[in-house]
Amino acid sequence: MDNRVVNVVIAGLGGQGVLLASDILAEAALRAGYEVKKSEVHGMSQRGGFVASDVRFGRAEVFSPMVPEGEADFVVVLAEDQVDAARPFLRPGGQLLTPDWIDGKALSNRRTLNVAMLGALSVSLDFAEAAWREALTKRVPGKYRDVNDKAFAAGREAGLRRRD
Amino acid sequence: MSVDRQLLSGNEAVALAALHCGIALGTGYPGTPSTEILEVFSELGGRAQWAPNEKVAVEVALGAAYAKARALATMKHVGLNVASDPFFTAAYTGISGALIVVSADDPGMASSQNEQDNRWYAAAAGVPMLEPSDSQEAYDFFAEAVRISERWRLPVLFRMTTRVCNSKTLVHPSMPVLPAPGTAFERDIPGRVMIPAYARAAHRRLREKLTQITEWNETSALNRRIAGEKALGLIASGIAYMHAREAAPRASVLKLGLTYPLPMRSIRSFVESVERCVVIEEGDPYLAEAIRAEGLAVESKPPMYRFGELTVGRVRRILARDEAPEPAPPRGKPPSLCPTCPYRPVFQALKDLDCIVAGDIGCYTLGVLPPFEAMDTCVCMGASLGVGLGLRHALPPQEARRVVSVIGDSTFVHSGISGLVEMVYNPPTTGHVVLILDNGTTAMTGRQEHPATGRALDHEPTGKLVIEDLARALGVEQVDVTDPALNPDGFRTLLQDRLASGKTSVVIARRPCLLAAGAIKTYERAAAEKCKEDAE
Ligand SMILES: Cc1ncc(C[n+]2csc(CCOP(=O)(O)OP(=O)(O)O)c2C)c(N)n1
Repeated sequence: MDNRVVNVVIAGLGGQGVLLASDILAEAALRAGYEVKKSEVHGMSQRGGFVASDVRFGRAEVFSPMVPEGEADFVVVLAEDQVDAARPFLRPGGQLLTPDWIDGKALSNRRTLNVAMLGALSVSLDFAEAAWREALTKRVPGKYRDVNDKAFAAGREAGLRRRD
Repeated sequence: MSVDRQLLSGNEAVALAALHCGIALGTGYPGTPSTEILEVFSELGGRAQWAPNEKVAVEVALGAAYAKARALATMKHVGLNVASDPFFTAAYTGISGALIVVSADDPGMASSQNEQDNRWYAAAAGVPMLEPSDSQEAYDFFAEAVRISERWRLPVLFRMTTRVCNSKTLVHPSMPVLPAPGTAFERDIPGRVMIPAYARAAHRRLREKLTQITEWNETSALNRRIAGEKALGLIASGIAYMHAREAAPRASVLKLGLTYPLPMRSIRSFVESVERCVVIEEGDPYLAEAIRAEGLAVESKPPMYRFGELTVGRVRRILARDEAPEPAPPRGKPPSLCPTCPYRPVFQALKDLDCIVAGDIGCYTLGVLPPFEAMDTCVCMGASLGVGLGLRHALPPQEARRVVSVIGDSTFVHSGISGLVEMVYNPPTTGHVVLILDNGTTAMTGRQEHPATGRALDHEPTGKLVIEDLARALGVEQVDVTDPALNPDGFRTLLQDRLASGKTSVVIARRPCLLAAGAIKTYERAAAEKCKEDAE
């Protein structure tokens, strides 16, 4: 992999687990051996409004923690009605991952959509499986682990199907 | 990959540094983006407590630092307005231990009522200021702030911004743990009692210390030069440094860490070493004005970039002298009152009764949005009381009777109490109604405790301020406690009656925040069990 910084924006509504998803992604990137930064804004996000979190990683030093406007390689959106709001973050040729990728029936609990979307994203990243596993262990409390592992696997399958 | 690298937010890094530096007491008042510092410090085992407001927090920390302890006070930028009175004079008295005041500024107003730039406070008060650019620096600079504070016996302003507080970046927590020093009281009447005769000497002492710190700062490792092209030099601090490095990777850079008092000789030599020198800073032209005042030719950003946060894209445009209107940033769904918020009936009643609402700050400020639009003013914490009274005094009686002050429980304790005293002391001829929305928590900033919840920062039981008792004791003529969600019609009738009464009135609308109710029950159960055990 070259020295380019990979830019990911995860967006959704307050309460959907946007920040947890970006925490897991950043931890996984760290465990995959990358330099990493992530950034978001707290506060009003708890009030059900639009939330976006930026994760950036690369082999060389990452400076700004914020994804420059219109330069996201991946935009992952958790809420159907926020897709249009999130689209401008994407660079030309970047990949938009939307919640309709995940079949509703594939998730036993819709609240794990955030982790399922990471599963879908994982198909496009070169992180070892162990990096994801360790990141999930670090960020997801024990009793929710199983349902989140299943969500990640379901998302990954959906991602693979899209690619094929 | 080394295991000792942790991904920490700037706030978490400060909390960890505070622990490692032997901070004996951390105090503050919640406020985005500063809130997590004390919460994490407490989780890590530090002694942390919420003060009723930022002024009290700085005073408590100051007292601890007079006793030779290392103390920390945290707040958001506007919190320093509240705490500015002790802050200014603490620079005169100095301290015996260490006193670090964290100001978390919010350029772009992600969650604030203004985007004031608190770097001016350092210059105005004569307090040394450090500005970290990421979490590693938040950690390292904090220890340096403690050293500076102890060496010069001065408070230090630790100025962070939203993106430094909330971004997670890698940290090597490398510092040896410094044991807290022993505490003792040293009497120093001329040094600590600021009557004019002593304060005049104290002001001279402060300026002398600042001269020494300026000299020290000329060679301090807190400021760094990054070698680059001669054609372009950038001067930056805080998060702006990160955007600048990315926007102009080949430029020479002078990165400033200790930004008050400024190392002007170093700055001069840098400016003279490059052909074009641009100051990249977020917010006000604090650095640019200071540097230009020295007669140095530096470029500042065009005025349009004073508004909002900087980004890599904006820094590129500043460097290109691009003043074209910027595209609006992507905007999704705005925040709103929770669909099940028990205070919805309150806003419905205010709307139905066509009240003039002097509002305040908290979740309930969202009552300004449709469908209610039931708020007419919102300035700063506590202002609902004074503004409501002023409206009552000035308006013709028919209109004055429609005025209500609406304030949350945490905000009331923060700075509403003196407004209540004012209402009793200078009552409007039409009386007045203060509506306190007591949801049992500081919901806006993530559900922190406050004195009227009867629980401390770590949710353990402590002394409890009973708002209705306080209101009665102050001499308010009518005090009611009601649950607006249980009986919305009864609430409306009560409010209508109190508005017409011509008396001074406090109505406490009490119903726990739905997001906090579960946790509150758990804390109460734990406290009850502990009580039982103690009794046995
Ligand atoms: C001086 C100052 N300190 C802190 C804040 C941040 N802040 C805004 S409102 C608020 C308290 C809100 O609590 P409460 O009044 O109980 O209302 P709720 O959000 O629970 O409805 C805080 C901490 C601020 N705006 N100004």
